Amino acid sequence: MAGTLAEKVWADHVVRRGENGEPDLLYIDLQLLHEVTSPQAFDGLRQEGRAPRRIDQTIATEDHNTPTIDIDKPIADITSRTQINTLRRNAEEFGVRIHSLGDVDQGIVHVVGPQLGLTMPGITVVCGDSHTSTHGAFGALAFGIGTSEVEHVLATQTLPLNPFKTMAITVNGSLKPGVTAKDIILAVIAKIGTGGGAGYVLEYRGEAIRQLSMEGRMTICNMSIEAGARAGMIAPDETTFEYVQGRPHAPQGTDWDEAVAYWRTLRTDDDATFDTEVFIDADALEPFVTWGTNPGQGLPLSASVPAPEDFTDDSARNAAERALEYMDLVPGTPLKDIKVDTVFMGSCTNGRIEDLRAFASVLEGRRKHPDVRVLVVPGSARVRLQAEQEGLDRIFLDFGAEWRQAGCSMCLGMNPDQLAPGERAASTSNRNFEGRQGKGGRTHLVSPVVAAATAVRGTLSSPSDLGADSAPSDLQPVA
Amino acid sequence: MEAFTTHTGIGVPLRRSNVDTDQIIPAVYLKRVTKTGFDDGLFNAWRTNDPEFVLNQPAYAKGSVLVAGPDFGTGSSREHAVWALRDYGFKAVLSTRFAEIFRGNAGKQGLVAGILSQDDLEQLWKILEENPGTEVTVDLENLQAHAGDSTFRFEVDDYTRWRLMEGLDDIGLTLRHEQDITDFEATRPSWMPKTLPVRTADSD
Repeated sequence: MAGTLAEKVWADHVVRRGENGEPDLLYIDLQLLHEVTSPQAFDGLRQEGRAPRRIDQTIATEDHNTPTIDIDKPIADITSRTQINTLRRNAEEFGVRIHSLGDVDQGIVHVVGPQLGLTMPGITVVCGDSHTSTHGAFGALAFGIGTSEVEHVLATQTLPLNPFKTMAITVNGSLKPGVTAKDIILAVIAKIGTGGGAGYVLEYRGEAIRQLSMEGRMTICNMSIEAGARAGMIAPDETTFEYVQGRPHAPQGTDWDEAVAYWRTLRTDDDATFDTEVFIDADALEPFVTWGTNPGQGLPLSASVPAPEDFTDDSARNAAERALEYMDLVPGTPLKDIKVDTVFMGSCTNGRIEDLRAFASVLEGRRKHPDVRVLVVPGSARVRLQAEQEGLDRIFLDFGAEWRQAGCSMCLGMNPDQLAPGERAASTSNRNFEGRQGKGGRTHLVSPVVAAATAVRGTLSSPSDLGADSAPSDLQPVA
Repeated sequence: MEAFTTHTGIGVPLRRSNVDTDQIIPAVYLKRVTKTGFDDGLFNAWRTNDPEFVLNQPAYAKGSVLVAGPDFGTGSSREHAVWALRDYGFKAVLSTRFAEIFRGNAGKQGLVAGILSQDDLEQLWKILEENPGTEVTVDLENLQAHAGDSTFRFEVDDYTRWRLMEGLDDIGLTLRHEQDITDFEATRPSWMPKTLPVRTADSD
């Protein structure tokens, strides 16, 4: 029977079909753990006298509340330190592999998994973190779960789940220079809304998606959750295989050949149907930014701040009104006139090496706007090392940016990297919720190249605003 | 998990859409390693900064049935959002649409997440706003919410409803099928990802 990519991966993981309205029991190939959503799960195991079923399909790292400076010193915040120490103790007690702060493989869970070659096409991946959807870029079925489910997977390596509906998001055409994967996904969310993907697994398809690198694809799948979808997927292709091959945990020898043969079957059949289809024209896309307090409240950078009356739907109008008040924005203001205090470059959305390269390519030879603080936080310790090998750190430092250690950092402000009340940020992260980056902080979501141009000009900007010396023609569509 | 059949308590009208998990409980409150004691983080920014916020009004402060706008619980997967609601005293949340991870988490913790129609939501809001302190009875068996003289139908999927009413532990249910899991594992290809033994880019 014809099937979509998501349906095929699902079908290959059903341990037991649900009967009489029961959900299916789905096998989980890989669970990623971090310090924030795991302690209560390990406690649950202890209370019930249960052991993790498959420690060889489980890996932990520290990312959410780790500091990005002075990582060789004890963590100053006592509750953060306790949480990190709890993860370390749990990993030791239960035999779970852990990459702690200071380890070369430490970093944001969703950067570490792909980097180690643990993330592969066609597998199921879970983590107590909603941005687990990132791994769908490989053609994996990957989704975030709550702590009770973390415990469930530890104990049984399965989850009871109801089947999803499928939505195709076809991005035809090619991106213009300076327009990136981030702009695609912000445009998608603005189009379908923060609840538009609810109940669905999204499959991104079309020429513009095919042309993206793996890192660009990860940026897109990462933010599927921001459209309310449980997961986003992209069918694996040569780009995927090339990215996985040779990584530490990638299959080798005949295993590799067998794996690739299977992975090639992981595509939506030509005669399969999706429950819903959405089309986006890549040629028409411009750099996209958010103006409000949810990721669906976004517009092309050339637009102006909307007025609540622009929205016909009651709930959208009320939400816009509240958002404008919180963001302290006046309708009609050109988005490019909005001044920012901080530029945050990092996160599981845009904290990989290609993101740092894109950011550096705009900064090189320029100086930071004097009123702007620029924080560059690599997604993993290895990304940091690689950036340093390529000399990107010099570009950041010469520009006047702070070059930090790896972690989630200001994306969610659990560690000391936070916005002050009233401070405004252009951020390459994924959520512009009220207070997300610090109590009272205001967030505009942007791509790495928009973040960079904004750091130069001090107002929301794209590289093409940087004047004659910007050489925008050199800017290739980046990841 | 405690079994849930019906609950009666003060209804709290939360006239906002897209109440994300960072609003329900900000990240700085997620550092505890326990499963309880999260009530101080609940809606923290609104409770501390906005005197008009519904839970700052005495008539609603002891509420246990939250009635919220569409897309409740969007954003992060933090189960802490459910723990915070539960620790504050909420037994049920009614909305027109929930984020899926939130709804799943609620079901694991005995918090009813019932879906109302938009018209019913508006009516229920009106009742609760016109008579602050009005009690809402959430009848999970019949999937009905009663407030004043009105009755509203809400939806909870059959499986979650059954589990909530029986107070069943998911892991225990799954472990009844342990042999199926073992059989499935025997069919997995050898190249599937293994985190152990540890390999890193430096180990070759």
